[in-house]
Amino acid sequence: MSEKYVARSKAVAARVLGGEMMIMSAKDSTLFSLSDVATVIWEAADGRTPLSEIVERRVCAEFDVPANVAYQDAEKLVEELATRGILSVSSQPFAEVERSGSEAP
Amino acid sequence: MRLMQELNQKALSLGVPLSVHVDVTYRCNERCEHCYLDHDDHGEMTTAEIKDVLDQLAAAGVFFLTLSGGEVLMRRDAFEIIEYARSLSFNVKLKTNAVMIREKEALRIRALGIEQVQVSVYSHRPEVHDAITKLPGSLKRTIAGVRLLRAQDLRVNIANVLMRSNRADAEGVRLLAEELGAHYTLDPTVTPMMDGNTSVLRHRVDADDIRGYFHNPDLVGDVESFCAPPVPVDESIREGLPCSAGHTSCYISPYGDVYPCVQFPITCGNVRREKFIDIWQHSPQMNEVRSIRIKDLTTCSSCTHAGSCTRCPGLAYMEGNMRGPSSADCEKSYVRTGIVTAGMMARKSSASTAPGLVQIAPAPSISA
Repeated sequence: MSEKYVARSKAVAARVLGGEMMIMSAKDSTLFSLSDVATVIWEAADGRTPLSEIVERRVCAEFDVPANVAYQDAEKLVEELATRGILSVSSQPFAEVERSGSEAP
Repeated sequence: MRLMQELNQKALSLGVPLSVHVDVTYRCNERCEHCYLDHDDHGEMTTAEIKDVLDQLAAAGVFFLTLSGGEVLMRRDAFEIIEYARSLSFNVKLKTNAVMIREKEALRIRALGIEQVQVSVYSHRPEVHDAITKLPGSLKRTIAGVRLLRAQDLRVNIANVLMRSNRADAEGVRLLAEELGAHYTLDPTVTPMMDGNTSVLRHRVDADDIRGYFHNPDLVGDVESFCAPPVPVDESIREGLPCSAGHTSCYISPYGDVYPCVQFPITCGNVRREKFIDIWQHSPQMNEVRSIRIKDLTTCSSCTHAGSCTRCPGLAYMEGNMRGPSSADCEKSYVRTGIVTAGMMARKSSASTAPGLVQIAPAPSISA
């Protein structure tokens, strides 16, 4: 399994309202409401912590779900959030991506 | 759109100020003839004070933040403030005249993830625009700024305030916006100055001009829908809110004064002396504004336009009564639909019974 790293997009606005994470894309002003699991991943998406660690330490700790199932769901979720421009996904930590000057895949 | 309505409803039920407009300065490089501000610095908040306010706004749940002025870029720390706001994950909209935007500024605005930039343009003709701003060359520089913003794929909204001096230029500005790839917004409202001085109202266009704008499909879209007769007033309308001011939105001046709205200059507190959240939740003025429902309005509660009027409580306040009609909005409702408003009837009745008043201009012809 190749590791994945996720980073919050710099082009979105975010705020928790009544316990619900609201995200708005600056690119097209689309408003999103994140689920509880997506919110946990979003908040932990610092670009340095591997997705597997986020799932193990945050998702599995807060939600009663087996690690392998949680990881598969998390992978699908981050890919979907990436297609919407809310998260970036990379196979290496984002500090390294930024240092090398390359774009996240 | 449904999610946005849900967001607004949720903010309303939770008492969260979802949208806040912060003017970081009243200084400006233009001197627009209709402007409601004076442009002196009476002691603006420092960078640290503004950052502290932004921290408080984020903690209060503010999501949409409008940064404006004056000219926001007149502050040397403008980008430090914008960057700090974005680090707090606000959805930031900038209002500017774009005169000071060069490539470097456009690149930075893009990099900071600004959602929208609103730029004031008064005319597509330099001689008209520059005469209004009193800054020679301003239209050329504004257009250049907009082009640089658009080159960064930023969303630009061109706000076109219409006055006597540019009354004929709405179509020209709309076409200019189209050519620039910008959204166009028409606004035929000139507001009194913050201190209540009404001298700038002499720049307002007249009813015939507004009628022309409101019946032009290029400016309003579906004229039949835009100018449709008012919807029947039922109990849900009577129990409704006059507008979002004080309910899910408010305004903060460069000096820290908190108002329900930029057009509603009733001071509710000052963030230099009190916490924002205390002003928002406990200010008597804010709570008075918040307590008003359509049914509580002195004249408008019985008006057939109550459910569809754009009545601005701030303009009504500046006319003397926050529960009263706003004559500018009465006029708009009338020219839009051809149906007389309760406010117009009340004024006509008052004028006809008041002794000693001399009519110096003919009243508009009224036909239901």
